[in-house]
Amino acid sequence: MVLTLKPQGLYCPAGDFFIDPWRPVDRALITHAHSDHARPGHKRYLATPLTKAVMRHRLGDLTCQTINYATKQKIGDATVSYHPAGHVPGSAQIRVEVGGEVWVVSGDYKTTDDGLSTPFEPVRCHGFITECTFGLPIFRWTPEDQLRADITAWWQRCAAEGKIAILGAYALGKAQRLMAGLNPDLGPILTHGAVEATNQVLREHGITLPDTCVVTKDTDRKAYPGALVIAPPAALGSAWARKFGPRAEAFASGWMALRGVRRRRALSTGFIVSDHADWPGLLEAIQATGAEKVLATHGYTATFSKYLDTLGYDAGILETEFTGEDADPEADPEKIAS
Amino acid sequence: MRDFADLFTALDSTTSTKAKTEALAGYLSAAASADRLWCVALLSGRRPKRTVTATRLREWAAERAGLPLWLFEESYSVVGDLAETIGLVLPPASKYDDRPLSDWIKTIQALQTQDDTTKKPAILTAWDTLDGSERFVFNKLLTGGFRVGVSQKLMTRALALATAQDEAALAHRLMGGWTPDTTTWEALIEAPDPQADLSRPYPFQLAYGLEHPPQELGPPQDWLVEHKWDGIRAQLIRRGGQMFIWSRGEELMTDRFPDLAPVLDHVPDGTVIDGELLAWDFAADQPLPFAALQKRIGRKTVPKTVLRDAPVVLRAYDVLEFEGADLRENTLRHRRKHLNFINTLPSDIPLRLSRGLEGTWEDHAATRAAARDAQAEGLMIKRLDAPYVGGRHKGDWWKWKLDPLTVDAVMIYAQAGHGRRANLYTDYTFACWKGNELVPFTKAYSGLTDAEFRDITKWVRKNTLERFGPVRRVPPELVFEIAFEGIQASSRHKSGLALRFPRMARWRRDKPAAEANTHADLLEMLDQYG
Ligand SMILES: [Zn+2]
Ligand SMILES: [Zn+2]
Repeated sequence: MVLTLKPQGLYCPAGDFFIDPWRPVDRALITHAHSDHARPGHKRYLATPLTKAVMRHRLGDLTCQTINYATKQKIGDATVSYHPAGHVPGSAQIRVEVGGEVWVVSGDYKTTDDGLSTPFEPVRCHGFITECTFGLPIFRWTPEDQLRADITAWWQRCAAEGKIAILGAYALGKAQRLMAGLNPDLGPILTHGAVEATNQVLREHGITLPDTCVVTKDTDRKAYPGALVIAPPAALGSAWARKFGPRAEAFASGWMALRGVRRRRALSTGFIVSDHADWPGLLEAIQATGAEKVLATHGYTATFSKYLDTLGYDAGILETEFTGEDADPEADPEKIAS
Repeated sequence: MRDFADLFTALDSTTSTKAKTEALAGYLSAAASADRLWCVALLSGRRPKRTVTATRLREWAAERAGLPLWLFEESYSVVGDLAETIGLVLPPASKYDDRPLSDWIKTIQALQTQDDTTKKPAILTAWDTLDGSERFVFNKLLTGGFRVGVSQKLMTRALALATAQDEAALAHRLMGGWTPDTTTWEALIEAPDPQADLSRPYPFQLAYGLEHPPQELGPPQDWLVEHKWDGIRAQLIRRGGQMFIWSRGEELMTDRFPDLAPVLDHVPDGTVIDGELLAWDFAADQPLPFAALQKRIGRKTVPKTVLRDAPVVLRAYDVLEFEGADLRENTLRHRRKHLNFINTLPSDIPLRLSRGLEGTWEDHAATRAAARDAQAEGLMIKRLDAPYVGGRHKGDWWKWKLDPLTVDAVMIYAQAGHGRRANLYTDYTFACWKGNELVPFTKAYSGLTDAEFRDITKWVRKNTLERFGPVRRVPPELVFEIAFEGIQASSRHKSGLALRFPRMARWRRDKPAAEANTHADLLEMLDQYG
């Protein structure tokens, strides 16, 4: 068996390592820096250089070896390589080959090019472990160029109405990807401290982002008419947001596809955008791997694997341990809806 | 339909009354006449009837999306709304056509009389022509379920803004039995209307719940205090030799109350009476329980047995028009004098006066406490020196309702909610004790906080004994206080009774299941209040 499940997480006996383990282990291969995948307390980490940088920023000092995309590395009797997952900058799928049998652990992924992360590349394999956060046919994302046009139009409308536009997006990945699609000539782009911290790490690693101005407690928030503010979702509707005076708030998330969620948050604007694959994206990615065995994890696992079965895959569910507090915020509809 | 779908999105995505009014006024000033007429019709509940069954729509949508039906159903259970689910699972439209709203509705109405073989291709074509919110609106129109959170008052205000007309005059114009098929925007909204529709009721005055001691209202002599009757609020209109009965929901109900016909000859022409329809025991000259009246709700025609066993009277409490004169500007004290003639009518004429109650506030409190014995829900308190004002108008009309009845019951089944609540167990079945056996007697799904629902959901997941589809049987451990407005005998329920408006008043974490109420307790309540 190439991969098996242990209480600590997904384990490769041939290489004696874990992938995205949820309890402290000796050797952890990390797909990406979101905190439901990259947890503290492992002895040794293996990750892409960008993932390492963000992990350092989030988890403090850790022993981490880096690996570039598509570079093969031997660990015990296993051969390991990392491949772009298109989820957030630095994110990877991890390919594990043991005795000619190839498995790929997708981590989180999306198949569309967000203009910032290295785009997803399908990797041929026998077994594929896929996330399915949005594994229902009701999820279909707005095309990237349409999305950019929609956000730009909203920003301009806010500016024309004399309102500050506050866009809620997760601090790692989503915020930067949306930022990268903005035209800085339209007005100042302000950021919440949590977003700016990630910006800084990415900029240090050669990722180009438009110029931003971080909002601190000394910032005169009335001095930026026509500004767009990018902040974590929790900042929407908060005292922090209210200090901007007249404003319009919007939230960018895959869950905005659902009217019930939009209504519950009582947001006048929601952009349907996610760093996870939508339904067509999932099916397309799985097909492109050529895998016979597919294990679903993260999301609508029962429904999704049942459907994959009807398509002729040998599909199953990989149960993961979920921690409420640290999980990828987008993977948890409860959290974003409250 | 792009503009109407955008309006829908704007109305649907804000809770701000101001934002809604502005969005709606914007649409009503800009859209074509036929479209804004339909907009006003849809927002006042004049929806086209259901055109296709939900079953067919599911099948066609699943087929078009290339999905097995079970996967469509699973998606539906997450989304919680059929029209939305269909809109989401279908592939993006392959061609786009911005036909006006009124045009689409014409298409939908034309399909109503067709068979499925004609409906299906027409609907598939529509789906392939519409995207996003337009497709959603189309599906809502198709299923007869178009609704948006806009009150009649808000719509009237927006219409007043858009047309520079008086709000009250517009409210009056909008009442009555019109549909976009029987009138035009010009005739309904713009044309001077000297031959005002004879049937038109006045906007009903509504009451606020009394949340402070009645003593704070000042001397009781300034108020008309009467029972709050437990029936159907109605206006009886006699004009031009005809009679019309309207519900508060602006529904013309004349045909459902043929037993009121004799009133016609005993009320002068040009009269509008505001009152409560009650099923009546003529022998005892007192109301029958509300359940007797319920047999008429939702029926187009009333069976003879119902007319015989549960005849109806109108219990009049106000008069808005008398002998052709609009009395609404007059005080209640003055208006009520015009109702005195009712006391001189023969007792077989189905009109009764709702009598004012005399006494101190303390006397009234005692009457309220005994209101259930009089088949009433509490008391109404109305300022005698106030005019009649349509809508809710704080300060003049108060309802002083009885506290709800309550029982402690044991949860035995739990079911997941819909939509955003699809992953929470929010719908419960409750039972009471009959010896050592638990007899289910009601369901409830509201009244708890989200945090409580989350706690219970965790508990349900951990303690499931059996699953039947979406329903889980749980051990009889959790006790809830169930509040309800009334209780009635029911042969359809195993318990032999049914509750009105049951909801969870609180989670009795302090109470063991063994101490929940018994079936005998409920039968006693049925005896007393049923
Ligand atoms: Zn992630
Ligand atoms: Zn994740």
